[in-house]
Amino acid sequence: MAVSLREYRARIKSTESMKKITRAMELIAASRIIKAQQRAQQAAPYARELTRAVSAVATFSNVDHPLTREEENPKRAAVLVITSDRGLAGAYSSSVLKEAERLAGRLRDEGKEIDWFLAGRKSEAYFKFRERPFVESWTGFSDQPTYDKAAEIGKALIEAFLADSAEQQGEEARYEDVDEVHIVYTRFRSMLVQEPTAVRLLPLEVVEGEEPPEEDELLPLYEFEPSASQVLDGLLPQYVQSRIFYSLLQAAASELAARQKAMKAATDNADELIKKLTRIANQARQAGITQEISEIVGGVNALADAQAAAND
Amino acid sequence: MADHTGAADTEALHVELVAADRTVWSGDAAMVIARTTEGDIGVLRDHAPALSLLAEAVVEIQVEGTDDVVVAAVDGGFLSVANNRVSILSEHIELGEDIHVDKAKAELEEARGLIGANNEAERRVRRAEARLRAAEKVSSGPGH
Repeated sequence: MAVSLREYRARIKSTESMKKITRAMELIAASRIIKAQQRAQQAAPYARELTRAVSAVATFSNVDHPLTREEENPKRAAVLVITSDRGLAGAYSSSVLKEAERLAGRLRDEGKEIDWFLAGRKSEAYFKFRERPFVESWTGFSDQPTYDKAAEIGKALIEAFLADSAEQQGEEARYEDVDEVHIVYTRFRSMLVQEPTAVRLLPLEVVEGEEPPEEDELLPLYEFEPSASQVLDGLLPQYVQSRIFYSLLQAAASELAARQKAMKAATDNADELIKKLTRIANQARQAGITQEISEIVGGVNALADAQAAAND
Repeated sequence: MADHTGAADTEALHVELVAADRTVWSGDAAMVIARTTEGDIGVLRDHAPALSLLAEAVVEIQVEGTDDVVVAAVDGGFLSVANNRVSILSEHIELGEDIHVDKAKAELEEARGLIGANNEAERRVRRAEARLRAAEKVSSGPGH
């Protein structure tokens, strides 16, 4: 009995230190969410102004740009999957991957082949473990994405999307040409709800004009410098990058929220486990004491019986 | 410039200086001077709607009602003007007062050393020059 008592005590101790770790991770995640939300808010003006500029060009000139051109017969699609770098965030990464698989199934049904682009170590590991090919991966920034990383990813995706026109101009493309680009990320709705979402990034759908002008109203004549098409050339890649940055920021906030929730559940579980183990340990200790007492009493009785027999 | 939009005369020129990850400066201005890929552009109140590509250069904003000038280095980007609202968008924007002159000089030297090595180098030089100019403009005091 004494041995198992020691075992129980050791288990209680290790559960306690585990609880300390999960509690710390919960608190860290909680404090980082606030920062992640702030970053998302700070990035909003840029996205807003860019959208405004893009819709201005779209409304006041004739948009025809390779990035907005729909392929007649799309054969290949690129999918960017945004997961976390580290685990201990509950089902966060696996639900993104599930959503990605769902999207992949849909795209395959439409007769498209899929090129995978991965962000986050978890998705990379998922593909490597299954020995499935992917085109490129970026890791090491999932909880604090920077704009430069988003720009890097954006450039790669745009390059893949425009690979066919680059080839026509005799340039060698780094990637195989794709006709569509999709992103799968987790949208941060609230601290409690984060949903994995799949959106199509390219070809871009430009939403025209925030307030559609009246029929008889004179349109403000925009001056484009150097020209509308060159401005668009500059704007659209930025727009794509800022959309990716937005997705990365949303994913980061979701990851931290998922981690906080998972770690809170782990801490609560540890609490319960400690309670249960303490009860069992107490029982074992009590059983040990009871046994010792009965052994002593038994021994004393035996001695008394022996003495009485000798005296007789 | 004629006003095509019919905005009120009293409306001030509102300026937003927005980098990819934050708003660097926003407020009312008397005039904005920026360098587009075609040349310098000055924007006053009631400017016609415009959308231009910016060069890696310095943007100056003369703050409304004061002698203050906000100087910032931009890394390319866009200038859009409509309805007395100017937004300057760039991936990286730094205010002149946040740039250290000596560091900017060192960076410029380093970038110059790289010229010819790759295509990025020239861009880096232009960027470093813009930063240095922004920093020097601020340190030489207001009134420029």
